[in-house]
Amino acid sequence: MIHVQHLVKTFGAVTAVNDVSFDVAAGEIFAFLGPNGAGKTTTIQMLTTLLTPTSGSIAIDNLDPARQPHDVRRRFGIVFQDPSLDGDLTAYENLDLHGVLYHVPRDVRGTRIEALMTLFELWDRRDSLVKTFSGGMKRRLEIARGLLHTPKILFLDEPTLGLDPQSRNQLWTHVKHLNETERVTVFLTTHYMDEAERVAHRIAVIDHGKLVAQGSAQELKQQTQTESLEQAFLALTGTTIRDERADGSDLMRMAAKMWRR
Amino acid sequence: MSAVYILWLRELKRYSRSRAQIVGSLGQPILYLLTFGFGFGAVFQRAGLGSSLQFIAPGVIGMSVLFSSIFSGIGLLWDRQFGFLKETLVAPVPRIYIMIGRTLGGATIAMIQGTLVLIVCLIAGFRPATLSMLPVALLFMALICIVFAALGTTIGSALQSMQAFPLVMNFLVMPLFFLSGALFPLAGLPGGLAVATKLDPLTYGIDGLRGAFIGAWHFGAGLDAAILVVVAVAFLALGAYTFSKVQV
Repeated sequence: MIHVQHLVKTFGAVTAVNDVSFDVAAGEIFAFLGPNGAGKTTTIQMLTTLLTPTSGSIAIDNLDPARQPHDVRRRFGIVFQDPSLDGDLTAYENLDLHGVLYHVPRDVRGTRIEALMTLFELWDRRDSLVKTFSGGMKRRLEIARGLLHTPKILFLDEPTLGLDPQSRNQLWTHVKHLNETERVTVFLTTHYMDEAERVAHRIAVIDHGKLVAQGSAQELKQQTQTESLEQAFLALTGTTIRDERADGSDLMRMAAKMWRR
Repeated sequence: MSAVYILWLRELKRYSRSRAQIVGSLGQPILYLLTFGFGFGAVFQRAGLGSSLQFIAPGVIGMSVLFSSIFSGIGLLWDRQFGFLKETLVAPVPRIYIMIGRTLGGATIAMIQGTLVLIVCLIAGFRPATLSMLPVALLFMALICIVFAALGTTIGSALQSMQAFPLVMNFLVMPLFFLSGALFPLAGLPGGLAVATKLDPLTYGIDGLRGAFIGAWHFGAGLDAAILVVVAVAFLALGAYTFSKVQV
């Protein structure tokens, strides 16, 4: 379903994704793990047509996101890592707009919106402007929105960031259900190793833009001779804390980027 | 097509929910109307140009339409900052529809804003020569809206952050306004300025408004409309192209 070969993305002098190759089979739940700034989101952005790769090839359902972006967009849904709601619309309006953009037929749109908003306990607040929501509520709304249509591939970029355990549980139960009943392929990133272990069939670990390991949770533990996935992750990526773009040259690059095209 | 509609509707909902912004954006036109409309009244009269309020009102309407249509296009940058842009960029809808929905939404808002300013002008004492030309005036207003909403979308797509906004304001929007003849007659200008005014698309919009409202044409309705339509098509094409290339 997803076929990635020698994928590279550079921003100026920084190589965010460096020669990454992996495959995700149809109907598989694939977890993409890595420390902050490892290149997870950049990879997702390239898979979802938001960025064009510097080199390497991507095939989503045998289509190239860079050359057939529209056909690729018809095949996936995504929950972004950072907010992407319109704060000046109500919760219901945000979902309705999404439903229209994703061609959810009018007659099922209303019922699906109600079901998902009820599932994530937002139905009572459907007519409130999203800017009045708390962080957790916004997050739940984003997830409900991402599940509104049933795509072939679902991208979840750190979907549980800032969520309470109840909502996390709802989310993963729902995702597993979608995967089992509708054969939705799931590509997820997370910092919670227990989640990855619970839902993912296969896991890839990325660090400094390079893939350092791939396999089932069991295989990763065996490979690193550790007891838990968390220990395996630390064994693979080290224990130092990473900074995401922060130094002066990064700011310069941002300023330069502002004027590029 | 429903995508175009829903994005158009979104712009209108956001507009109708920001009452402070609606009232606030009337402030500047009123200021110009008062200073140039009344402050220059005596000078205008002495120069034999008639009432300065009659002359300035179409310019002020054109100005408010210019500002609100360009800014609504640049609103793209806010959507980029707050993340909503991504949501539309990955949607399985041709980007041209998204661009058209947004641009038409911005143009509609500018149209409403222009109408509000027209009402303010009428209250202040502005009297159009004939009401039969009102549809023509509204047509020119709509053309200005489309031209500059498309330009705004182009700028919004080309820039990466709001930091460049003052640059756009001082080196594009203000010159477009000041060189358009909104505040001064186009007749008898020195060579350089005359050329500059002719290169500014807003000039033809203001001329159209002034012609339709008070019968004072400089270029004539046909030429004004023709140039605005050509520029609108060009900016829409440019906007569609730059928007199709947007990456986050």
